[in-house]
This record gives sequence, C-alpha cells and structure tokens, in this order.
Amino acid sequence: MSQVMRLAGLEPLNIGDDSLFVNVGERTNVTGSRAFAKLILSGDYTAAVEVARQQVQSGAQMIDVNMDEAMLDSKAAMVRFLSLIAGEPDVARVPVMIDSSKWEVIEAGLKCVQGKPIVNSISMKEGETEFLRQARLVRRYGAAAVVMCFDERGQADSFERRIEVARRAYDLLVDRVGFPPEDIVIDPNVFAIATGIDEHANYAVDFIRATRWIREHLPHAKVSGGISNVSFSFRGNDAVREAIHTVFLYHAIRAGLTMGIVNAGQLGVYDELDPALRALVEDVVLNRPRADGGSATEALVGFAESYKAQGKKAVEDLAWRNGGVDERLSHALVKGITNFIVDDTEEARIAATARGGHPIEVIEGPLMAGMNVVGDLFGAGRMFLPQVVKSARVMKQAVAHLIPFIEAEKAAAGIAARSKGLVVMATVKGDVHDIGKNIVGVVLQCNNYEVIDLGVMVPSQKILAAAREHNADAIGLSGLITPSLEEMGHVAAEMEREGFTLPLLIGGATTSRVHTAVKIAPHYKAGPTVYVPDASRAVGVVSSLLSTDQREAYLAQVAEDYATIRTQHAGKRGPKLVTLAQARANAFVADWATCVPQVPGFIGRRLLANIDLHEIVQRIDWGPFFQAWELSGPYPAILDDPLVGEAARNLHAEGKAMLARIVDERWLAANAAVGFWPANSGGDDIVLWTDEARTTPLFTWRNLRQQNERPAGKPNYCLADFVAPRTSGLRDYVGAFAVTTGGAVDERVAAYKAANDDYSALMLKSLADRLAEACAEWLHRKVRTELWGYAADETLDNAALIREEYRGIRPAPGYPACPDHAVKAELLAALDAGAAGIEVTESYAMLPAASVSGFYLAHPDARYFAVGKIGQDQLEDFAARSGLDIDTARRRLAPNL
Amino acid sequence: MQPDHTAEIAQLLSQRILVLDGAMGTMIQQCHLSESDFCGPFHDHPHDLKGDNDVLSVTRPDTVRSIHDAYLEAGADIIETNTFNATTIAQADYLMEGHVGEINASSAQIARECADRWTSRTPGRPRFVAGALGPTNRTASISPDVADAGARNVTWDELVVAYAGALDALIDGGVDILLLETVFDTLNAKAALFAIEDAFDRHGGRLPIIVSGTITDASGRTLSGQTPEAFWNSVRHVRPLAVGLNCALGAALMRPYIEELSRVADTWISCYPNAGLPNPMSDTGYDETPEETSRLLGEFARSGFVNIVGGCCGTTPAHIRAIATAVSGVPPRRLPSEAEPALA
Repeated sequence: MSQVMRLAGLEPLNIGDDSLFVNVGERTNVTGSRAFAKLILSGDYTAAVEVARQQVQSGAQMIDVNMDEAMLDSKAAMVRFLSLIAGEPDVARVPVMIDSSKWEVIEAGLKCVQGKPIVNSISMKEGETEFLRQARLVRRYGAAAVVMCFDERGQADSFERRIEVARRAYDLLVDRVGFPPEDIVIDPNVFAIATGIDEHANYAVDFIRATRWIREHLPHAKVSGGISNVSFSFRGNDAVREAIHTVFLYHAIRAGLTMGIVNAGQLGVYDELDPALRALVEDVVLNRPRADGGSATEALVGFAESYKAQGKKAVEDLAWRNGGVDERLSHALVKGITNFIVDDTEEARIAATARGGHPIEVIEGPLMAGMNVVGDLFGAGRMFLPQVVKSARVMKQAVAHLIPFIEAEKAAAGIAARSKGLVVMATVKGDVHDIGKNIVGVVLQCNNYEVIDLGVMVPSQKILAAAREHNADAIGLSGLITPSLEEMGHVAAEMEREGFTLPLLIGGATTSRVHTAVKIAPHYKAGPTVYVPDASRAVGVVSSLLSTDQREAYLAQVAEDYATIRTQHAGKRGPKLVTLAQARANAFVADWATCVPQVPGFIGRRLLANIDLHEIVQRIDWGPFFQAWELSGPYPAILDDPLVGEAARNLHAEGKAMLARIVDERWLAANAAVGFWPANSGGDDIVLWTDEARTTPLFTWRNLRQQNERPAGKPNYCLADFVAPRTSGLRDYVGAFAVTTGGAVDERVAAYKAANDDYSALMLKSLADRLAEACAEWLHRKVRTELWGYAADETLDNAALIREEYRGIRPAPGYPACPDHAVKAELLAALDAGAAGIEVTESYAMLPAASVSGFYLAHPDARYFAVGKIGQDQLEDFAARSGLDIDTARRRLAPNL
Repeated sequence: MQPDHTAEIAQLLSQRILVLDGAMGTMIQQCHLSESDFCGPFHDHPHDLKGDNDVLSVTRPDTVRSIHDAYLEAGADIIETNTFNATTIAQADYLMEGHVGEINASSAQIARECADRWTSRTPGRPRFVAGALGPTNRTASISPDVADAGARNVTWDELVVAYAGALDALIDGGVDILLLETVFDTLNAKAALFAIEDAFDRHGGRLPIIVSGTITDASGRTLSGQTPEAFWNSVRHVRPLAVGLNCALGAALMRPYIEELSRVADTWISCYPNAGLPNPMSDTGYDETPEETSRLLGEFARSGFVNIVGGCCGTTPAHIRAIATAVSGVPPRRLPSEAEPALA
C-alpha cells in the first residue's frame, strides 16, 4: 500500500507497480501545441482552459502544463493558468504535471495546486548539488518528480547512458533525500526516430530497453516519456505520426512504461492499424533490418507519402528525366534522388562552360534554386526531416563533382582556392539538438564557405575562442529547446563584453525573428544579430553580411525591421502610461531664446500644376516599391538577393520601362498645393492664423501627446512642442501641402484590367504611388531651399534625403506623430486642394489614391515620433478641446486607445 | 523544543484509542466574559477584542487553564493549545497580528503546564500538548471574485510566513504535536506543512504532525473540492502521525468519509466531530448530547475506523468523558498494511 504513487487533483490518482498505462494530456503545453501557445500568448485563457477540459474529456488522467515560451512571462502564465483551472472542477479533478525547464517556474506552479502534482522535470544536468536541492524542495512541496536522464555530460541517448543516469539519480534520491521510490518517475528521453541519420535509428529501441531495465532494477520507480517526440520527423502527416505513437506505445508499455505525455484524443489502437503501415512503422520503431536490405526509414517515408495522399499509387515515374537540366537538378534535390545527380551536374557544368560561364554558376543557379524549394517545402511542413537530410546529401554529391572544376579554374587563373568566408557554428550549452545546424553547415560548405562546427552543448567561451582562433567571419548559434534561447542571449552578451563585432546568426526551431530582435540583439550592440529562419536562407544571409557592397544596406534593413518588431512587441505588452498632466510636464522644450523662426517666402497657398515628372523621378525611393510587390529586402541589395534577386531585377526593369513611358508620354500629371501661415502653439494645439495680425484663426490643429512612460531624460513629444508658443512672443509659421500624381491613372488602370492585364494595372498603381511620394519629397526640398527657404544651402543626395537627414519634418495626418485623420479635411480645405485635383472622402481618405498631404514644421529639433497609446484623460481632454462628444473622439482615436 | 515523542505515541496508539479534548470556543462562550476580560493589558487597543478567543491566553490565562484542566480531568490524553486563530492572517481581523508570537507562546505554556501537572499525577498515563494550527480565514485555491476565477486573496508565500510566526512560538513553548486542523483548502494546508518543515529545520528537530480535514457538506468533499482520499494523497508527503477529519457535519454524517480515510491512509486515523449539526437555538450552538456523540464515536471505534477521538465545536468535558468511556477497551484500528507504517 505504501508503495503506490498517490497523486491527486480534486480526486485521487493512484499508480502502483501493476497499474495500467496512464495518459498525460500534452495539449496544454506551449512548446508542443502551437494552438495552445497562441491562446496563451494572446491572453485568451478562457479558450486555453477549454483545451485542458477537452484533454480531460478525451481521457487524459493528468495534464501536462508547460509555459516555456521565450516571449512569455512563463512564471506568471503558469500561476495564472493553474489558478484558473483550480476553479474548473472538470479539469481540476485530475492531477497536474508541472512542466518547465526552469525551476522557478516549477516552484511557482507548486504553490498553486492543492493536489499532489508531478514535477516535470528535475535532472542532474547542473550537477548533483542542485539536483538534490531541487529534489528536497519537491518533497517539501508534496510532489512527485519526473527525473530526466540528463547529467553533467548531457542528455543520455544510448541504452547504457540511460540506465547509468537512471540508476545514479534513483540512488541519490532514495539514499540521500529519502525520496519515496514510488514517487520517482524516470524519463529516459524519447527522441525522434526516422530522421535519416543512422545514429538515431535505435533511439526507440534504446528507450524501450531502458524502460524495461528501470522497471526491473529500480524498485517502484515509474517510467514516463513525451511520446510525440518520437515521430517528430513526420510532422504534418498525422496519420503516420499516430501510427508511430501507437506502435511505440504498444512496445514501450509492454516493457513497463507507466505513463506517457500524449495527445489524449488521438491515440490509435495497435490492432486496428493498417497492417502494411503497421509493419513498416514497426520496422522503424524497432529498428529491424528489412528483408530487402533497404532502409526502414526510407521505406516508411515512401509509404508515408502515398499514405498521406491516400488512393494515389506510388509508381516510380521517370518522366521527370525528360525535363531540362535545371528542372532535373531541382527534382533530384527535392526528391532526394542521387542516381542521376553527377550526370546532371556535369551536363549543367558543360552547358555553363559552353555559354562562357563558370562551374560555380551551377551551384549558385539551379542547385541553390533547388535547395530553396526544399527549404520552402520543409518550412511549410510539406517535407519531413529525413527528406531534407537526403536533399542535403544530393547537394553534397553535386558540389563534390564541381569542386575539382572550380579549383582547376582558379588554379588556371592563378587564384588560390579561397573560401568566401568562415563561419563558426555551435549548438549552445545545454542543448543537444543539431540536425538543423548540420544542414546549415552542409549548405554553407556547398556554397564555398568554410564551416567550423563545434558540435553540441558548447559553452560560450569555447565558441568565442574558436571564433578568434579561426578568425571567423560570422558565428552561428543553434538550439531547439527553450532554455537555449536564454543561452543565446548570454553568448550575445559575452560577444559584446569581449569586444566582438562580427555577425551573430541565430537559428533553430524555437528561435524566431521576434525573439532575436527583442531578446538577443539588444545584448549585442557592437555587431549585427540576424535571425536565419531555415537552412535555405543561410547562404543569402551570410553572403549579404559578408559582401562589401550589400552589407551596409542589408544591415540597415535588418536594424530597421528589428526596431519595428521591438516597438510592436513593446506595444503589445501595453506600455505603462503616465497621466496627461505628467506627460505635459515632461514635454519637449525647445530653446526658443536662440531660435528665430524663418519667415516663409509667401503667406497663403499656391498651386503648382504639371510639375516636371523628370525632376520627380530622380526622387523615387524604390524600397517600398518592392515591398508593394511582396519582395522583401532592402534596395538595392535585393537585386542581388539569391532568393528573390532575379524576380526583383525583372520587376525593377519592367517598372523602369513603364516609368519611362509614364514620363515621356505624360500619362500622369503631378500637381501640388502648398501654403504657409503664421502659427503659434497653445498647449498641445497649434493655431494657424490667416495673416500676420495673428488674430483670425484659419484653423486649430489639435495634436496628441505621447503618454507612455519614457526613459529618464526622454520627453513626451507632441508636434506642438516644435512650434513657438504664443507666450514666447515669437512669430512662428507652419506650412502645409498636398500632392497628387494619380489624376489620370484610374482610366488607364481600368483599361489594363479590361484587357485582363492585371500585372500592368498593379504596376502602374504602384508606380503612381511611388511618384506621389517622390513628388512630396521633391516639394519638401523645394520648400526648404526656396519657398520657405530656411535651409537655402542644403546639399543632400537622394540616399541622404531618403534617410531624412534634412532639417524639418512633414508629418501627415493619419501617421504615427499625428494620428487623427480628421485633420486632413481642414488641411485640404485650407490648401484649396480641390484645385490640384485632390478630394477627401467622408472617411478622410484622399482621392486619387496616389496623393500625399501633410504639414511642414521647420524647427531644427522637429522629429518624427509615434504618439502611441493615450489614456482616458487625454481622450477626454482632446474631446473637450475639439468640441467633440466623447464617443466621436473615441472613434477617431481608436487606434491610440 | 520538546523531544520527538513519535515512537512513544505510536506505541500507545497501537495499544489503545487515544482521546483528544473538546471545544475551546464553546467553553469560553459559556464563561460569559466581557470586553474587559478579553482586553486585559490591551485596553488601549484600537479594536474590540471580544470574540478573539486566542487572546485570552494572554489576558485571561486562568480561564484557559481551567478549560484544559476540565478536559484532562474528563480523560483527554491530548489537549490542544488555544491557538486556532493565532496566525497573523486571522488575527488581522482584530488588528492583533503584532501579538501573534505572544499569544502562541502563552497558549503553549499554559497547555504545557496543565499537561505536565496531570502527567506527574499519573505517570503511567502521559498527557500531550498539540499545538493547534487553524486554516486561517482565507483560501489559496478559491477565487474571492466571481468575475475572475484566477483571483486569490492569499498566496502560498503569505501563508508560509503567517504559519512560520505561529510555529516558532508553539515549538519554543513546548508543544509535543503539531495539529493542523479544520483543513477546508488543502493548498492552505500544504503551505502550513511547508512552513512546518521549514520550522523543523530552524529548530533542528521534528515533532509528530496530525492533519485533520473537514468535509463541509453532503457532497463529501472539502470546501476546495477534494475527496477524502485526494486530501490524504495531497498531505501524505509529511508522513503524518495521523490524518483525520474534524468539525463540520457531526459524527453521523461524517461516517462514510472517516471510513474512506481509514481504508486508504497508511497511518493512524483521528476523528473529532462537532456535537452534531449547528442549532442556533441551543445553548452551546449544537444539539448532540454527550450520550449521542459518544455512541457514534464508540461505533466508529468498534468498526475499526479510528485511533484518536475527541470533539470539536459544541462538545464539552461531559462529551469527552462520555467518549473516553465509549472507546475504552475497544481495540484500536490496525494500520491497514502489514508493511511498515508510513511514519516509521
């Protein structure tokens, strides 16, 4: 009786030596369930609790709760979720498995459950002392514990290592802690099988053997495992995954597996599996040699394809051999077929030589294109890991064939064979996962980069020492488990501390662009930190980083993207707001004593019709043009991007061709209205006067002030801060403008559409938009240097203009510094923009769409900023100032509330 | 700190059913004390103290002493300190949280002195002092806010701190046993047990622990929703000397639950019910006579459910005398397993 593991939720769950297999629901785990992670990240705990309820209803006898997600306050999420389910008797009736790799999260969870939970997990990863300390606390909190087979040397992955670690942990717990043996649950590590890597083939067998050994040799100890890991290679193919789980569990339970973390609603029945599938799965799970001598994994992968597309018979089809050589290379890479790869590569090489090219072009052209397809398919879950490994092998063979030719060519040209750069790569400390990293290594090597692979569980000092020793051009870090994310941040901080400046690449399944931008990059300001989503992008990223002409633009783009991500992320978390009074007290105070506002060349508004398009074309910023076409990358580097470069070049050429016709054939008319008026600020308002008497207001421009809590020394900006207050006695001015290039576009777009030429229609619209922006840029410069004339001696080239290095700003209604769109109506009325062909709709959109309007502020300190979230006090203040009822004001400012 | 009497008490428990005392509150109520009795030296206290029974250990130690003596005289082997509400959390209602150490220390000393006095009269029959730890008046696993099931008005850490203060004074005051009673929320209890283990570390020794839950209604569950067996599973890790039920429904309605506990718990069983269901019209607030209560507990004893019996709300020395008589000579419940008991 005393040797039974007695767990409890609201009801008991007793697990003895002879108990049947216990299902532990896995869906309430953010690392295992994307859907659950989304709910938790979005704060939808009501739906998250439903997931738990569904698990219990589907037969889970316990639920595994895991909140290990880098973008989450895991501790708070654990407490919140456990507190919520405590109030749901349908859920709380079962015990909880408190799952985290962070002790503090586990401890916080232990303080929330009244029943007897299981801690998942503790291990000897950090050594005996910490293991014993945690084990004693687990006892004191009244929980059982899963002990992961992990020690100072790493995660146990062979039978011998598993039982060695299990024995040692069990003895320590029983002898040193007095831990009840029945409350010890050993997790001998379920790893993915059928990965295509030979070393992994026996993982399931070793797990099952270790299970049997533990049950025989460690009295009353239990055995558990995260079952879904075993089939990870087949993600995307649920039918096959389920079959693997079923077969694996069937054998593991017979060997004595006590409990498993499973998708409780989705367990198959061993005897009901399709016999053909079951046989193949069994070969893979038990790593049995096949009668035909072939690989069990390959047989299952082949079958899995056909099984997924049920009904379609998989017949070997050599029709692909009839395609062109590029197509054949791509096909061979995607399908992992090596039979013809050398011949096809040779054919491509001869063709390249014949047209005066070089052998390297075969790699950079069709082979990389094929690998990109592989990367995309894998990213989309349409290829499995073993298939990707096979593709990498095909790639390697092709490259191996080409290398002698490449070197011969270099030798002939008298150039020593030199790599394009050297990358030091490692899976970070605490993590043993390296499949992705190995693929990246292969792909980089295929592309003539030298790779120093330091392996797994590599501490930061070793990585940095290797980078120094080999004079590396970049460091690549990989990791799969959540704690690796923190370790990557640590490595980044160490690089900063030790004075590194070389690029840091981040990759691995749990990493993300957001995480890299928010949690890693800020630790390493001295050099660039770049997220690499998958192996296929690695070459593009590394070549951009190491290229002298692309590097700067690429880094600028990355920096900008990451800054945006950080802002969005900070926004999501809901910034802390100060009161409006506090924000106003922290306003930006310009030094009006030394600032004499420049008097504009005229007061009132003027119309500029039919502006010379040749002048405007000079000012085009092509970056957003590519974005409009959903090609991502900074201009001009995007033109040489290995992935989208060709598409970008074609698009650019066609855009320029149409632009030439637009200009030469005068398809568009560029018109502008521009005006200047005396103005002064009063609080957060700016009053524009009709004339220098400054007695009759033209209109009052009501602005909003930043209300988020600002770091020390940073003001809470409002545009009114950049205009001299009435009380200063200064005679300040504000300008305004509206430009359009869209007038004649609409008919032409309609004509293209009528001719089913949507491409040209879209092209014209996107060019008209670019021209409108260019026209605004052109006009702004004219204002600075002539019409207002406060920067008459400005000399800036186009790149500097795009970077907005000039004095003064042109904030537009509806943009972050001036979010209230409604101002547009007063602005356009004051400009009489109708005369320039610009109308404003009831919802404050401008027609034609290719129009831009805004204000001009000339103060040297004037800058763009985002107002961001405002408080109820500012909303009420704004409504009162504007003479609006609160509901109207709330609608107008909704995005800022 | 007292030496660990676990072995001695276990020896006694294997020989006979031990008797716990009865209600403290009921007895105090019958003394008809005034506000000035409760206040004593605290007459300048900003809050009325009448009803704060635990403070009487400081202000009217004579009253508390006489109640202990009455129960010992009636046949109690174990008496409980007058500390059911003597945690910072519960005393905050009277703004007395600053005096928790004093209350516990004084309560322990009074009970200790009484028990020793009676033991010295009949050395063959030792009397023990159990330091009473109540549940506090807050719950760590139930939301006080209907709109937010995740809200809590007390946390684990707050409970651990509150219990720690009471424990140090009780242990220093010389209690033999720690009695965590009227557990309506097992999370509160687990925090108390955590605090107890910490206290043992601080004092460099151990004392036997009794954990007593309360089944609050006919659903057969604790207020926080656990079944008796789930409750046992959740507190078993401290290897208590005994586990049991008290208060609430009275003996008659408690029977199936004490039977369940007795079946599943591999340790000794305690049971000290109220004198039946509450009846506001009765003098003591409860209806059951000593005869009725003792008859029910005698039946539990003969059914082999119990090892320690006594009374909770509404019971008096007369009840305890009747109960002691009813269980006298009835063989105690055997531990359910032939295997060594959990406390060994």
